[in-house]
Amino acid sequence: MPATAARRPFHPPQISPSPFPHHPGSLLGVEDLTLESLNHILARATALTNQDPLSRDRILAKRRVALLFYESSTRTRTSFELAAKALGCDTTLVSSLSSSIEKGESLKDTGLTIKALGAEAIILRHNSSGAPWVLEEYTRLPVLNAGDGMHEHPTQALLDLRTILAHLRPGVADVGPDTLAGVTVAITGDILHSRVARSNMLLLPRLGAQVLLCGPKELLPGLAAGAGPGVTIERNFEAALRQSQVVMMLRIQAERLAGLQLDLEQYKASYQLTGDRLRTLAPQAIVMHPGPIIRGLELTAGVADGPQSAILEQVANGVAIRMAVVERALTAGTTGGRA
Amino acid sequence: MSTLLVRNGHLVDPGAGVDAVKDILFKDNRVLEIAAPGKLKQLNGATDVQSIDATGLVVAPGLIDIHVHLREPGQGYKETIATGTAAAAAGGFTAVAAMPNTAPVNDSAEITRWMQSPERGAQVRVFPIAAATRGSKGETLNDYAALKSAGAVAVTDDGHPILKDSVMRETLAAASRVGLSVIQHAEDTRLTQGASMNAGPAAFKLGLRGMPAEAESGIVERDIRLVTELREARAHLHVAHTSTAAAIAAVRQARRNGLRVTCEVAPHHFLLTDEHVGCYNTHYKMNPPLRSAADRDAMIEAILDGVVDAIATDHAPHAMHEKEVEFDRAPNGITGLETALGLCLRYLHGDLKMPLGRVLSLLSAQPAAVLGLKGRGTLAVGSCADAVIFDANAEWTYRAAEGKSKAKNTPFDGWTMQGKVRWTIAEGRVAYSSPE
Repeated sequence: MPATAARRPFHPPQISPSPFPHHPGSLLGVEDLTLESLNHILARATALTNQDPLSRDRILAKRRVALLFYESSTRTRTSFELAAKALGCDTTLVSSLSSSIEKGESLKDTGLTIKALGAEAIILRHNSSGAPWVLEEYTRLPVLNAGDGMHEHPTQALLDLRTILAHLRPGVADVGPDTLAGVTVAITGDILHSRVARSNMLLLPRLGAQVLLCGPKELLPGLAAGAGPGVTIERNFEAALRQSQVVMMLRIQAERLAGLQLDLEQYKASYQLTGDRLRTLAPQAIVMHPGPIIRGLELTAGVADGPQSAILEQVANGVAIRMAVVERALTAGTTGGRA
Repeated sequence: MSTLLVRNGHLVDPGAGVDAVKDILFKDNRVLEIAAPGKLKQLNGATDVQSIDATGLVVAPGLIDIHVHLREPGQGYKETIATGTAAAAAGGFTAVAAMPNTAPVNDSAEITRWMQSPERGAQVRVFPIAAATRGSKGETLNDYAALKSAGAVAVTDDGHPILKDSVMRETLAAASRVGLSVIQHAEDTRLTQGASMNAGPAAFKLGLRGMPAEAESGIVERDIRLVTELREARAHLHVAHTSTAAAIAAVRQARRNGLRVTCEVAPHHFLLTDEHVGCYNTHYKMNPPLRSAADRDAMIEAILDGVVDAIATDHAPHAMHEKEVEFDRAPNGITGLETALGLCLRYLHGDLKMPLGRVLSLLSAQPAAVLGLKGRGTLAVGSCADAVIFDANAEWTYRAAEGKSKAKNTPFDGWTMQGKVRWTIAEGRVAYSSPE
């Protein structure tokens, strides 16, 4: 064969734009949210939190919301349930144990069954990345992603944002591209397996924050820095602490390590957030953690319970944010346009 | 028996070096005569001649796909030999080589013969590729002489790559003794546990575990080392669905070293990248996975400069419900028989200006040579009456729902194709014809 490899113009097939979300009330990933809808959610979270509970529970009175959980959860499940109930919804929980999922029913069929039972929105926690897209595709209901595999956990990023704003930008009514300019957030630990890290690294830089990813190579591949603008890798935890106003610690996800061997003692020596490190390197920073925390591993008990910890505030903010996204799920499209 | 006349078509037969308007006379599954229009000598007095007017159309050797999954025996709900070969005929293919990952695995002369039985209702010729090891478990070699006499054209454990060096060495040696090729699906499965797409930024963003390029290139390099050791035996290694720049580089070097190493590339690997996985669309999930843009460009480069021996589709039909699931749970594979010619003509010929004869050679003469399929891949007098007649300029839109395959799992649904198949002639009979 003659060599004719001189490069010629090649017009590769274009990547077609995403058809998702199909429903304007869905929250599949943080990239679905425009600045306008972000502000709407933050404003409604505050308004709903401050509203009289007796009038609040008439907002979505007797509307049906299903919680479909393929993984165990304390915070997310309870706060979504409390949030939906606070607005007057009827909620039902379907978990992978104790349902036909155990018998081999597909996500599509489970979703269609829940829809036929009258659910108007589904809150999904699933161990497969991308599962909310599958569920929305086949049910066309508003789907709220409550954590999909190693992919995204958008309501966690929203509640983290609300927590950060309360501490660093109190009183700011509207967020924009510069709201968090000058703020550095160090996300530390098991980035590879973390949906919380992915949602935060996509959301916070849109408001001007710098995200530093910190962790060993096994848990933080170098290509993570390409996840988006405003994201860089700082392997040295102490250097990261020195620059940061927010320190977000992550649990090592033993259930997703898939055979990866990790020297925990070495990990703690390099990356554990201790009282000493915090006092000397980041005395003003707020400490965050999406939970569940493992005391004595990624952070010490003293730090978790200490004055810089915002961990329980995050949990409380979860209910506020989830009230807002449940309301959005059931009212978007009926009130005209995407909220 | 039957006589078929194809008149006035533009014969493009790269194997025979023909590129001119000709009349072609087929008789009893053979090319009887080729002549300038109106000049056939052996037509005189023949009665009962079926005639096709190919004016303005290209007539080429029937296409040959050396990598398809026809799913029989055992998985007829995905595809059958009848439906898979009907799809082949619609795509211009007159012969397909069927992979052995059936249920049970085709590791016996009995199954090899069963697949070729007339009762299967094949529309085009099926050449079985038998399993290299018993049950494709990578341990005990099958009886290659018996498989070859039953009709197997190569051996492979496709989908279950042979990882043990000693077993792969024995496989190459034993296959070369009986004159069979060894096809390897190059994947070090120790590096791809739980992975469902290419390792890289796209997989990180989607939260999916990735298959590193080294999982492919490492096995290709290992296999080439074994072929080098078996240089005296002239062992033939064929690398299936090559997808990474590193694997192509290894094949390129092996060829420079004079080794019998060939490779194929699938249309999706020279067109798409891992960015196309997008929103977890399982029609973009296959193994090997869609790779980086640099890998995709390396496939094009290798096709243009002749390192690639064949375009093969890895036609892998699945039932709809099997693909309507979470991405990491979906089976690997997409269909390919009905879209290969249209994509190759649009992109390799149309966009990249590869000469038509060279594109057709990658789809006929060269794959025939890879597997030593005698009398196939050319329309020289005396060869098989396998031809495809197509309108090279026609643009059309592929609709998976209207396809002949039982399966609809394709990323190319709704795509514009170039080159419409009008007739497919398989062993002297019209296996497919389409209206204008």
